[in-house]
Amino acid sequence: MGLQVDIIKKLPGFNLQVFLSCEQGIIGVLGASGAGKSMLLKCIAGLVDPDEGHIKVNGKIFFDSNKKINLPPRERTAGFLFQNYALFPHLTIAENIAFGLDNLSKNDKHKKAVALMERFNIAGMAKRYPSQISGGQQQRVALARALAVEPEILLLDEPFSALDNHLKNYLIKDMLVFLKEFKGNTLFVTHNMEEAYRLCDRIAILKSGSVETFGLKEEVFKKPASFETAKITGCKNIAAAMRVANNAAEIPDWNITLSISTGIESDNGFVGIRANHILQTDGPGENCYPVWIADESESPFRNSLYLKIGSEANNPDDYHIQWEISRDQREIVRNLAQPFYIYLDPRRIFFVQG
Amino acid sequence: MNLDLSPAWISIKVTFVATIIIFILGLFAAWWMNNYKGRWQGFLDGIFTLPLVLPPTVAGFGILLLIGKHGPIGKFLDLFGVNIIFSWYAAVIAAVVVAFPLMYKTSKGAFEQIDANILNAARTLGASERKVFWRVAVPLAWPGIAAATALSFARSMGEFGATLMVAGSIPGKTQTIPIVIYLATQGGEMKVALIWVLIILAISLTAIVLMNYWNSTQSSNKLGAGRE
Repeated sequence: MGLQVDIIKKLPGFNLQVFLSCEQGIIGVLGASGAGKSMLLKCIAGLVDPDEGHIKVNGKIFFDSNKKINLPPRERTAGFLFQNYALFPHLTIAENIAFGLDNLSKNDKHKKAVALMERFNIAGMAKRYPSQISGGQQQRVALARALAVEPEILLLDEPFSALDNHLKNYLIKDMLVFLKEFKGNTLFVTHNMEEAYRLCDRIAILKSGSVETFGLKEEVFKKPASFETAKITGCKNIAAAMRVANNAAEIPDWNITLSISTGIESDNGFVGIRANHILQTDGPGENCYPVWIADESESPFRNSLYLKIGSEANNPDDYHIQWEISRDQREIVRNLAQPFYIYLDPRRIFFVQG
Repeated sequence: MNLDLSPAWISIKVTFVATIIIFILGLFAAWWMNNYKGRWQGFLDGIFTLPLVLPPTVAGFGILLLIGKHGPIGKFLDLFGVNIIFSWYAAVIAAVVVAFPLMYKTSKGAFEQIDANILNAARTLGASERKVFWRVAVPLAWPGIAAATALSFARSMGEFGATLMVAGSIPGKTQTIPIVIYLATQGGEMKVALIWVLIILAISLTAIVLMNYWNSTQSSNKLGAGRE
């Protein structure tokens, strides 16, 4: 059971070379634009043919280059939720949802469409056209339409990227409820780590066509296994590091030597600490450093301070570390004389191989 | 003045039959080429479009080469005692060849405008290629297909050069309105020519207006035009 993907697809610029294997659950595929995320979904759905490899879903072989198996999309029943929802603009909501149900009798088809519309709270708009309903409703229609054919696997291609923040929060909550009911695999493609974290059980990080990291989301975020993973999961502070002891690394760029509680596996690599894991402290000590403020940026609820360790900053771009704090904390920091001390908790610092 | 109305009937008959054939051939060629991504793409597209950029006399010459007495198709048909040169069938063939690119190009453009995701969505929902074509592609491309049909109709109606070469100008048999206008003008019968000009104008205009009207009621029914 579950999903097994092991494919190679040559693309202009890079090769998509993906190996993924997973039992039930929601997998987030996280990667920068152009990393091959959408291409992976299209290969699974059968809209694009891989060059080599195999794809197996719930024991059913979708594609196998050795056995010369390549099911057309209509025989794969992969529920695909497109970024723009791709509703049929010339059909009503009810007709859209019933589109894939031609194998049922007219009566059953109608019954099933009605049941789905009720479950997705769109029963009131059965006779309307997609252009006459809101973006959030369109998304629910698209999901209902995809689930109507009882797919083996659900493929979600950045379904939230076209929505405003408020609606997005609300729809992610909705989506979670619907996905929990779905008993197959779900592959959710996004470039937004927050969406991935909220929706998924496991996360795969895709970089130029290959899976860099694949694991439980908590692990992936807590201890990124690579430089790219650290970056994509939103770590702002990453610097080159050299091992000087079992539990200490020198960071030449920052002019400091850090204690790290997890073991260091190689001589050269990178250390990272998340911008919100840095603490302010009173005085010198282990992993405590005097800092000057180089620059600051404000967002509605949080502030980012750009700090330089060890000496005063010459210009706003002359900084080492980005520190994210609440507005209240910012007021406290405002009353401190510079330099003040920050504490980089050894348990919060991670080391990745170079 | 005693006007022989046969050119009107011949023109209408030839144009309707030709438009139906062009509609079917052009639509399928457009859809097929829209999905075909092989290396012959540019070449095939060029072949399908060629009659549009060549003088109709060249098209006529080409048809003669194929279906004339010594042409491969002509020889084959001769085995059954059939000769289509200088019949109204030949006029239909001439119109089809000359107007086909308009149907092909315009409806291909309409198919290309469809969001590929929408067609792919239909495929992932279990639709066969036939269902994708009839239930999704054709309805969505319909305004373009209707325009293509109207253009092909008008072009067939006005076809002159190729028709003259392959069907000739046999009164009551293959003499169409454009040919009558030409002959009347040559013979100095300006009044007769004018009458035929007005007749062809009326037929073409009526057909195109009807098609536009039909098309606009179709699309506002189907798409709800985004409003209620």
